[in-house]
Amino acid sequence: MLSTFQYPKFEYIRPPEIAEGREGHYPVVIVGAGPVGLAAAIDLARQGQRVLLLDNDDTVSIGSRGVCYAKRTLEVLDRLGCAEEMVQKGVSWNVGRTFFREEEVFNFNLCPEPDHHRPGMINLQQYYLEDDLIKRARQLPNLEIRFRNTVIGVTQRDDCATLRVETADGAYTLHADWLIVADGARSPIRTMLGLDIDGKIFMDRFLIADVVMKADFPTERWFWFDPPFHRNQSVLLHRQADNVFRIDFQLGWNVDPEEEKKPENVIPRIKSMLGDDREFELEWVSVYTFQCRRMNRFNHGRVLFVGDSAHQVSPFGARGANSGIQDTDNLVWKLKLVMDGKAPATLLDTYSEERCYAADENIMNSTRSTDFITPKSAVSKTFRNAVLGLAENHAFARALVNSGRLSVPSFLADSSLNTADSEVFAGNMIPGAPLDDAPIQTTEGTQWLLGAVGNRFQLLHYIPDASALDAATARALRSLIDAPIAVEAIVVAERGTAPAGLATLIDAKGRVRERYDLREGTSYLVRPDQHVAARWRTLDVAQVRVAVARATCNA
Amino acid sequence: MALNTQPNLHEPGKRHFRAFSSGDDFYEALIETHRELTDEQSAMVNARLILLLANHIGDLSVLREAMHIAREGV
Repeated sequence: MLSTFQYPKFEYIRPPEIAEGREGHYPVVIVGAGPVGLAAAIDLARQGQRVLLLDNDDTVSIGSRGVCYAKRTLEVLDRLGCAEEMVQKGVSWNVGRTFFREEEVFNFNLCPEPDHHRPGMINLQQYYLEDDLIKRARQLPNLEIRFRNTVIGVTQRDDCATLRVETADGAYTLHADWLIVADGARSPIRTMLGLDIDGKIFMDRFLIADVVMKADFPTERWFWFDPPFHRNQSVLLHRQADNVFRIDFQLGWNVDPEEEKKPENVIPRIKSMLGDDREFELEWVSVYTFQCRRMNRFNHGRVLFVGDSAHQVSPFGARGANSGIQDTDNLVWKLKLVMDGKAPATLLDTYSEERCYAADENIMNSTRSTDFITPKSAVSKTFRNAVLGLAENHAFARALVNSGRLSVPSFLADSSLNTADSEVFAGNMIPGAPLDDAPIQTTEGTQWLLGAVGNRFQLLHYIPDASALDAATARALRSLIDAPIAVEAIVVAERGTAPAGLATLIDAKGRVRERYDLREGTSYLVRPDQHVAARWRTLDVAQVRVAVARATCNA
Repeated sequence: MALNTQPNLHEPGKRHFRAFSSGDDFYEALIETHRELTDEQSAMVNARLILLLANHIGDLSVLREAMHIAREGV
């Protein structure tokens, strides 16, 4: 088994604290070098922050595990400078098909709108994603990763968290001004701190198999309810890189996971599904159960929980790693402002508020999918099969078929960081919305709006002809940079060039104007995580400053 | 009026950003209505629900079309 991927073995280096017999002190320590911990570390280090990342292992994810990486995640990874390799290596897809017994009853397109940079989803084995993230991390001189360093104790005071870390050379002590916990669903640190996580366990088991084979299946997600080759249960098929296919069989609760994992039991299931004598090789097999649960809050003093350590969802919808990476997207800019003394620590409370809201949405959607896929009562199953039966001929029923509502970002419409609209706008780009992408023309050629925004507060100001921007407005836009929390002004226009000192983005296809309902004078204040903070029909520097203060808890 | 079989579920005053949300809200509420009922109780709830909704719709031509489609293929 496991032949398409060569697992790297990362070197353990004796920590300087042990070599020099002293305690260590770091501004930020992150525990867990999975996708979420790595994303947090890279994001902080890119912004000039010194970071120490600890991991108890010395390789990447064993087995493909997290397979689906959503459009929003790719946009975050673009901001971190590493999505392109993943998209090249992975399998991009937008179409999902759902079958009931022998018939296709429903299909969906994750990205029905043209002119977005990234696809709705890519499938990529988690080990490739982690390998790329580690390569990216190693380009950053102020990011240190220590493999085979296991946290065995943690305490915290008002001004720091203290870790006891075990290595092959013995244990040592680290103090961290801030501790980011990305140590996974079982989170040893959460347990060490005596913090609870509440939710429910689902009484079902699923078998996942990675199969290597030559197959000309289209790059689509296929989901079967009650197929002839696996009666009364569901099956899911995804194509990954290297001709590896992920097959997911629902097994029910009353099976022995150890028996089910044996190749002599797995291979007949796959043969029956493929229905021919096609050659294939089994790469990796696992049986899983799942829970939906989250912590009450994600920040506890100096300790910040991200990813599965803070919340868990069922796998239907690919909302695990995707939501974890979005946690870091939300957290890092806030933590950086707090560390730089530019925002009060209460800004971190809004990390918890906004991401608890997102976690609840993820748990709600994945629980609904689970309840549809595995009905818990006879009447629930009757309704489910009625929907599937009607779906072939009736559009309303197709809309109710729920084989997984795939990861999409939350609209943080109720966030306390938003400034409410005082004018009328059409479309979805409300305060709290994750920005929609659109093509733009710059001096460097065709690019993407989301490639031009992020990492700092920015103001997008629209005028049809950038060359016609009057001197007073240009001065006002430029003045936004002169503040403790600088705002970079960008002129969005159909044509022309803004006066010196202002960047111009040309909305060549008109998609920015369309998606953001832009008119002459319309201005959007954008957060460092590419969410709308506020918007106006006319530019007023004083209002922009008030909105920045509000978005950073400085009001 | 003909029977509407296009997606039609919505909730006044509630804004959704995803096409599937209002349908999923309905479906969850429907299943929740049956929580912890016996099969016999569930059948009774379903019957009452149909009667209530039929009266609300009112138009017998619409109801006859729905009854016809519901029975097809069962």
